[in-house]
Amino acid sequence: MMETLYLLIPISVVLVFLIGIAFWWSLRNGQFDDLEGPAYRILMDDDRSRPVSPADDAPDKSPDAQAEHAGDGSPVTNRSGS
Amino acid sequence: MSVTQSTYNYKVVRQFAVMTVIWGIVGMLVGVIIAAQLVWPELNLGWLHFGRLRPLHTNAVIFAFGGSALFATSYYVVQRTCHTRIFSDGLAAFTFWGWQLVIILAAITLPLGFTSGKEYAELEWPIDILITVVWVAYAVVFFGTIAKRKVSHIYVANWFYGGFILAVALLHVVNSAEIPVSLTKSYSAYAGVQDAMVQWWYGHNAVGFFLTAGFLGMMYYFVPKQAGRPVYSYRLSVVHFWALIFTYMWAGPHHLHYTALPDWTQSVGMLFSLILLAPSWGGMINGVMTLSGAWHKLRDDPILKFLITSLSFYGMSTFEGPMMAIKTVNALSHYTDWTVGHVHSGALGWVAMVSIGSIYYLLPRLFGKPEMFSVKLITVHFWVATIGVVLYIASMWIAGVMQGLMWRAVNLDGTLTYSFVESVKASYPFWAIRFLGGVLFLVGMLIMAYNMVKTIAGGRTVDDALVLQPAAHHA
Repeated sequence: MMETLYLLIPISVVLVFLIGIAFWWSLRNGQFDDLEGPAYRILMDDDRSRPVSPADDAPDKSPDAQAEHAGDGSPVTNRSGS
Repeated sequence: MSVTQSTYNYKVVRQFAVMTVIWGIVGMLVGVIIAAQLVWPELNLGWLHFGRLRPLHTNAVIFAFGGSALFATSYYVVQRTCHTRIFSDGLAAFTFWGWQLVIILAAITLPLGFTSGKEYAELEWPIDILITVVWVAYAVVFFGTIAKRKVSHIYVANWFYGGFILAVALLHVVNSAEIPVSLTKSYSAYAGVQDAMVQWWYGHNAVGFFLTAGFLGMMYYFVPKQAGRPVYSYRLSVVHFWALIFTYMWAGPHHLHYTALPDWTQSVGMLFSLILLAPSWGGMINGVMTLSGAWHKLRDDPILKFLITSLSFYGMSTFEGPMMAIKTVNALSHYTDWTVGHVHSGALGWVAMVSIGSIYYLLPRLFGKPEMFSVKLITVHFWVATIGVVLYIASMWIAGVMQGLMWRAVNLDGTLTYSFVESVKASYPFWAIRFLGGVLFLVGMLIMAYNMVKTIAGGRTVDDALVLQPAAHHA
């Protein structure tokens, strides 16, 4: 007979329980409290390139300035180097 | 706070993004070669005959091209949406070099004929162990980054990537259980129909988690970002995720209809395959409707064209798949080129196109450019690739249905109407069209490579982007 099902069925059942636990955790953790905001929040994360060369960029396009100017946050720490 | 905390780790993303394009060209070139070998059998030379190159093609496009795209985008998305630098730079670099080593070893061993004979898991046991080590490192890097996130909510794309990473680890370990007899040869720990069942439990879930869940993670980040609009329904995306991972695991037996597998197992596989239509279409509609009210953006944004077209192909192949899993349909389609067409509708239309769109989104951002060197060339790439896919799948549909009908045709006295070789002969024109479709898709990738090189070259290098504080929660 199909001995392999004695392996695959328990694996799938255990997996369903583990997924269930993950789901329960995410419910309790408040992952689903706000189901509108997260969709907008990734759009507020401005990931466009910020050229550093001063030659052809206006001063207000410098990294720090633009990060503040974007109004969506500021650098966690000052940029080092360069 | 340490200096390294102030920027995102774009280096590993850059490496994987560039290798996505390179491995895409290599894998698709091998695909074009084996397509040519079917049309011109005299091209089967020595080590480079169809039987040796076909696993190289599948491994290269799935794990080298698709894998690199998943690594690149998941490392980018998890850092940006968690507002934190990647968990460990060292481990992330290890996943890059380790994965490249796996690919190189595959490219050497498969043409030499070292294979465990398991579809999509042909690599021999030492490489299997290396894959496991790299994958564990990947999981540590990914979930470590989630753990140190600066926002409480875990964006839905990360759930898809996380599910994909865990499921692939489980599938790989169970399916690759094997007994080595030498450095280059091992035998599966399972035998006969048991082995077949484990193989297709792995095989179909590799499609479900490697080629679907991971790329849905990509879709849920890059479609909204490129469209500049939030996903149509965030609520639906969460339902999509949980429904998909709860139901996917049991679809595998549909690969073994009318075999020695117990009948009830086949029926369970068919049933779960049909159930999968619901979450798949929910996700597809969710992605496409993100453009609701902004359809004009499709007109002149080729990256969005790639992403939305990929979703159309996702919808098509997730409709076709459950239909082909129905036993009576499968009786016609199984072992024919219809299956090959179905796979490529998913692989070229969905997986490759969503990856290409996402990589086009990433490249300028990773290399500090305002946009790609030539947006026009992206449009050219889009049309060349789309025509290529359509030629490919349309020819395979016709060839597949024709083969199925020819094989089952019987005369009044019960003898077969056609010999097998007659169906081969009748397939030649369609194989030639398939070859042409493959060539077009490959040409598209070469255009992308040129565009990538011009985008990277001759410009200034910039520092990696600063880690931004998350936008304020609306309290």
